[in-house]
Amino acid sequence: METIPTEHGLILAGILFVLGLIGVLTRRNIVFVLMSLEIMLNASGLAFIVAAARFGHAEGHIMFLMILTLAAAEVAVGLGLIIQMYRKFHTVDISVLSEMKG
Amino acid sequence: MSLLFYLAGAIAIISTVAVIVQSNIVHALIYLILSLLSIAVVFYVLGAPFAAVLEAIVYAGAIMVLFLFVIMMLNLGQHTRDQEKQWLSLRGWILPCLLAAVLLAQLISVLSSYDVTMNPETVGVLEVSALLFGPYVLAVELASILLLAGLVSAYHLAKK
Repeated sequence: METIPTEHGLILAGILFVLGLIGVLTRRNIVFVLMSLEIMLNASGLAFIVAAARFGHAEGHIMFLMILTLAAAEVAVGLGLIIQMYRKFHTVDISVLSEMKG
Repeated sequence: MSLLFYLAGAIAIISTVAVIVQSNIVHALIYLILSLLSIAVVFYVLGAPFAAVLEAIVYAGAIMVLFLFVIMMLNLGQHTRDQEKQWLSLRGWILPCLLAAVLLAQLISVLSSYDVTMNPETVGVLEVSALLFGPYVLAVELASILLLAGLVSAYHLAKK
């Protein structure tokens, strides 16, 4: 079985992270922003798995599990906030949030 | 095995690009599921079958279903789709893409000086769970508290 260079795995994680960053910077729909954040978290998890495969340890898997838990909690809170925002402003445009008071 | 890695990586990149340029939100979600599943294949190739299964169940299953439910609750119609097309002007893409390209070039130039191959040994569920309930048991407790806090706050926020 031929082996894969470590930097190819890390470059894949970097490309996915940067794509998520472009999504966060360009989109105005808040659901798309949350999806791009998911892509970024997933890319960092991929980097941890690549590091675990490089050193042959299971610690990277533990960090991936922590990132998974964090992503689940973040999505639950974020989607709750989106529902609340849609009730208040009847739109998913993030620029209306600049008119928030207090 | 390495062919599988490059193929799954290419599918992940292409479908992630499709997510961030899509104007229909449900199509973007389906592309995101495709991207997560191909990353699960990458995990399997890298010798992490437990992480691959969790990626498919938790990310592509639970989190994406949560997204789908919220999109159905919001009930965004044709109006939002037209508005989305209008927001996706070419001018808004230039600066973020430029900045992200500079960041990616820096990452690649740092990583290309690093020439080590991975050992494709499989790390099974046994090793992961022995660590998880051995030295990292406090992290598991903290993760459960985080999930409980997420549950309570999501319930509170989504309440009328």
